[in-house]
Amino acid sequence: MEMIKVEDLAFEYIRRNEEGDVESINRAIDGVNLNVKKGDFIAIIGANGSGKSTLAKHINAILYPSEGTVWVNGLSTSKEENLWEIRRSAGMVFQNPDNQIIASVVEEDVGFGPENLGIPTDEIWERVEKSLEAVGMLEYREQSPNKLSGGQKQRVAIAGIMAMKPECIVLDEPTAMLDPEGRKEVVSTVHWLNKHENITVLLITHHMDEVINADKVFVMEKGKIVMQGTPREIFSRVDDIKRYRLDVPQVTELAYELKKAGLDIPEGILSTDELIRVLEKLRISQ
Amino acid sequence: MIRDITIGQYYPVDSVLHRLDPRLKLNGTLLFIISIFLFDYFYGYIAVTMFLVSIIMLSRVPLKFILRGLKPIIIILLFTTTFNLFLTQGDILVKLGFLKITKQGLHSALFMGLRLTYLILGSSLMTFTTTPNQLTDGLERLMWPLRRIKVPVHEIAMMMSIALRFIPILLEETDKIMKAQMARGADFESGGILKRAKGLVPLLVPLFVSAFRRANDLAMAMEARCYRGGEGRTKMKPLRYAGRDMIAYFILLLYFAGIIFISIYEKYFPYFDFI
Repeated sequence: MEMIKVEDLAFEYIRRNEEGDVESINRAIDGVNLNVKKGDFIAIIGANGSGKSTLAKHINAILYPSEGTVWVNGLSTSKEENLWEIRRSAGMVFQNPDNQIIASVVEEDVGFGPENLGIPTDEIWERVEKSLEAVGMLEYREQSPNKLSGGQKQRVAIAGIMAMKPECIVLDEPTAMLDPEGRKEVVSTVHWLNKHENITVLLITHHMDEVINADKVFVMEKGKIVMQGTPREIFSRVDDIKRYRLDVPQVTELAYELKKAGLDIPEGILSTDELIRVLEKLRISQ
Repeated sequence: MIRDITIGQYYPVDSVLHRLDPRLKLNGTLLFIISIFLFDYFYGYIAVTMFLVSIIMLSRVPLKFILRGLKPIIIILLFTTTFNLFLTQGDILVKLGFLKITKQGLHSALFMGLRLTYLILGSSLMTFTTTPNQLTDGLERLMWPLRRIKVPVHEIAMMMSIALRFIPILLEETDKIMKAQMARGADFESGGILKRAKGLVPLLVPLFVSAFRRANDLAMAMEARCYRGGEGRTKMKPLRYAGRDMIAYFILLLYFAGIIFISIYEKYFPYFDFI
């Protein structure tokens, strides 16, 4: 069964003037179809204003479709009785780490989700401990979140989601405000959860190097999905990517330029090691 | 100046008082405050002072730190004692020109001063020994019955704990905005009161905008984590009375009964008649 299924989704931001008349309509999402299998690691990339965050908020039922339907775990987000089950099964991590931590002690913040779900006290403690361990933050459980680094705060936020035992995590640009070290921490934590806890991951980002290990990549532009495929398929089309105001990973770009200059290099090189191997082979054959 | 205010601060040491249930400490503080207004004579003050001193010793908070809490109210303290001393009518003891000190004036000045001091010491002791989180938890549980008359108890407690979480963040942000505006040539330090107040506008406007944005983000994050008010919510750290809390309640009641006894006794057999 599909974890997330999006069918002909459209969403309009309607701006009204003071009299309540419609002033302008901004179609942030325009006819999106999307299928995500259980256990997949999906990345969604797109320039600013491409509608990728709006799409993410539909999966957690924070926004409701203007047209079309979104199913999470077989439940339609348009039906109100599904709301809490959807929010439990598809947790969401936001961009700003400070604005999503509610309590002033790490472990209490992780316990916030289970408390809302009405989980008995003993089980909350168990879940908190397990989730903090999964993101590698157990030793900080009694600290104040204000003393943590950005990457650590995001990991606490992820633990807060994990404590609700979700099947899926949606991360809306979780690394946009972090330094390179913090970015690495968060991305590797998410990959670990995907592999070991079989959590479906939807990572929204504009850092291309976070995308290369995903199972599938979607590229969004002006509210539409314009490209989809494996990272290798996507990054083989460097010209298309650039047209959508996006970058490709540095190595991919270098390989692309070398190929354009006449070297015999395959398309869609994703890692430094890969490029080195190809270049070695070229040197030997010459 | 802000650093001088120790009321409402938490002093992290491990003591019996720190480990007591916050509900007990809230009730105890209330009882203590009532007790210092129950009597008018000498014996009562000995009892209250003895009680306060033993509590201070139990709390293991340094005396210097506790007394610093009196600093901001020193003016109020001087004000009330002076007024009580010179303006109370009664039997004249000393006369200096138009100023006169009466027996009753001396009595009420002395005791009013002591009462105010004890009031501050007693209530600040509670906050020294209770973390803000415990305090909000305790308040929530104590006010729980008020839900019957439609007081949004859970919401108030949630707001208090979120406010506590965001105070350091907003302070940091204020600092950042201040520096940013100073880099653009804003002046927060010179000029009269009016000019300084005007100078705060470029600080407050961005601060408010950012606070609203944070509030919006936080509300979304809370909803995304299934927050839907207090209904059907469980607690990770529910308050449970332990044996020591029962003992403490017993001691408190004993103290209160003693104070009532003393105040009645003093009414009929005033010991120091002249005060």
